[in-house]
Amino acid sequence: MPELMQFLLSGLTVGAVYALVALGFTIIYNASDVVNFAQGEFVMLGGMITVFAYGAGAPLPLAAAVAILTTVFVGVALNKLAIEPARGAPVVSLIIITIGASILIRGVTQIVFDKQIHRFPAFTGDAPIPFFGATLLPQSLWVVGGALTVFVGLYLFFTKTLTGKAVLATANNRLAAQLVGINTGWVMTLSFGLSAAIGALAGVLVTPITLTSYDVGIGLALKGFAAAMLGGMGNPKGALVGGLLLGVIEAMTAGYLSSQYKDAAAFVVILAVLFAMPQGLFGAKSTERV
Amino acid sequence: MLEIKALKSAYGRIEVLHGIDLSVSSGEIVTVVGANGAGKTTLLKCLSGVQPVIGGSISFRGETMTHVPGHKRLKRGLAQSPEGRQIFTNLSVEENLRLGAFLFTDARVDQDMAEAFQMFPVLKEKRNLNAGGLSGGQQQMLAIARALMGRPACLLLDEPSMGLAPILVAQIFDVVKGLKALDVTVLLVEQNAFGALSIADRGYVMETGRVTISGSAKELIADPRIREAYLGH
Ligand SMILES: Nc1ncnc2c1ncn2[C@@H]1O[C@H](COP(=O)(O)OP(=O)(O)OP(=O)(O)O)[C@@H](O)[C@H]1O
Ligand SMILES: [Mg+2]
Repeated sequence: MPELMQFLLSGLTVGAVYALVALGFTIIYNASDVVNFAQGEFVMLGGMITVFAYGAGAPLPLAAAVAILTTVFVGVALNKLAIEPARGAPVVSLIIITIGASILIRGVTQIVFDKQIHRFPAFTGDAPIPFFGATLLPQSLWVVGGALTVFVGLYLFFTKTLTGKAVLATANNRLAAQLVGINTGWVMTLSFGLSAAIGALAGVLVTPITLTSYDVGIGLALKGFAAAMLGGMGNPKGALVGGLLLGVIEAMTAGYLSSQYKDAAAFVVILAVLFAMPQGLFGAKSTERV
Repeated sequence: MLEIKALKSAYGRIEVLHGIDLSVSSGEIVTVVGANGAGKTTLLKCLSGVQPVIGGSISFRGETMTHVPGHKRLKRGLAQSPEGRQIFTNLSVEENLRLGAFLFTDARVDQDMAEAFQMFPVLKEKRNLNAGGLSGGQQQMLAIARALMGRPACLLLDEPSMGLAPILVAQIFDVVKGLKALDVTVLLVEQNAFGALSIADRGYVMETGRVTISGSAKELIADPRIREAYLGH
């Protein structure tokens, strides 16, 4: 039994990161119908920039802030330089642009930093906390707590603020949003910035546990995509549940089958969702009534 | 109030408006009637800045606004209730109305919402429901109410009677007529030529991207060409 608990805890920790990546997918997908495969690079940038800022002598919170802000800048630039100019192109082209952007970001990171594996210290030490026979790293609490804070914060933003509702309105009907005076171009910028910030935060939180390097983004993008599919693309609640579920499935696969099959879990999930329930657990965008 | 001169617009390379001249004076209800595909919706989209203009000009309240971006036109006093209603189906009725007043955060927003509910009591009953679940007539009321929440000086209405039962059509036309009392100038696009002309002051007939006939609503209703083409006798 302690074994099961241990797998569950590590699954939920990794799952919280997948949930944040899936949330990033969701936000951009809702604003623009684009599946942004550069989402994983935002996570990588969050971790890598923190590593190097910390290494250069900045205190950890400052290093993390620099990393998140820089990543937001990259996200906004991606929208302004690559997505916005291609406005009106088929969605598939836009998705390919994001794949191209992710390759570019990875390449530049490799040149600016290096190809090594890095970490920085956990926020509050590494002393394991006993938990129902299993043990829990303090950093895991940061990861899960951070993810929950982001989800609650975003829920409040979308349901309680006029700006949040303007984002939802733009996602639902871009034409009508413009007619009521919403600058939909700005909403796109906001969505990319927000997704980048969430991705970078995930990278900052998880790097002490999983370590980072210039190429961790591809895997994370795929896992986050699988999580978003599982939960239902476009649904924040789906991103949360899908992410946690995928993390747990992966941990159980690694624990009870073999860690060799761990990464296959995400692909099996994608295929199973496509075959069995293309809408995902929480359905897609609500269907329009004519 | 609204002056349109030689307006041209195209989808890709296909020009669909070939030089439209049209004007609306303050306080008027002006209607544009015409068959399917005449370009009425395209004209309104140009006016709202959500469709590129490739020639001619639009001036509104004495200022040129041919190329002002779409989201800035409401601030200048021009609102639109678009074809097909285009309500925010994933948000509640009340949220739709609140977003209609997206530009404002003052106390008048609540006041305007109360007035909208007075104008359309059924919306008040359903204020917390998802707008996507409303009937066609209710969605049309919501689209008009949402546009009015933006405090327009001029309201563009695209086929508000489309797909509605006759009793609802009459109700919607009554509301449009009532906008005069609220100091809202109206440009009404309709396929229901008779209904539109009976509440309008003046009218234009559009055919394949051109204005072919224009005049007072009375003249147009009596015009044999219009009676034959649009009024069914
Ligand atoms: N998005 C589009 N892409 C290409 N052509 C379009 C598009 N929308 C409209 N058109 C064409 O432009 C012309 C004018 O269409 P528009 O929708 O403005 O007409 P309308 O008078 O509003 O018609 P209806 O009464 O059916 O609403 C038509 O020939 C139509 O086929
Ligand atoms: Mg039309």
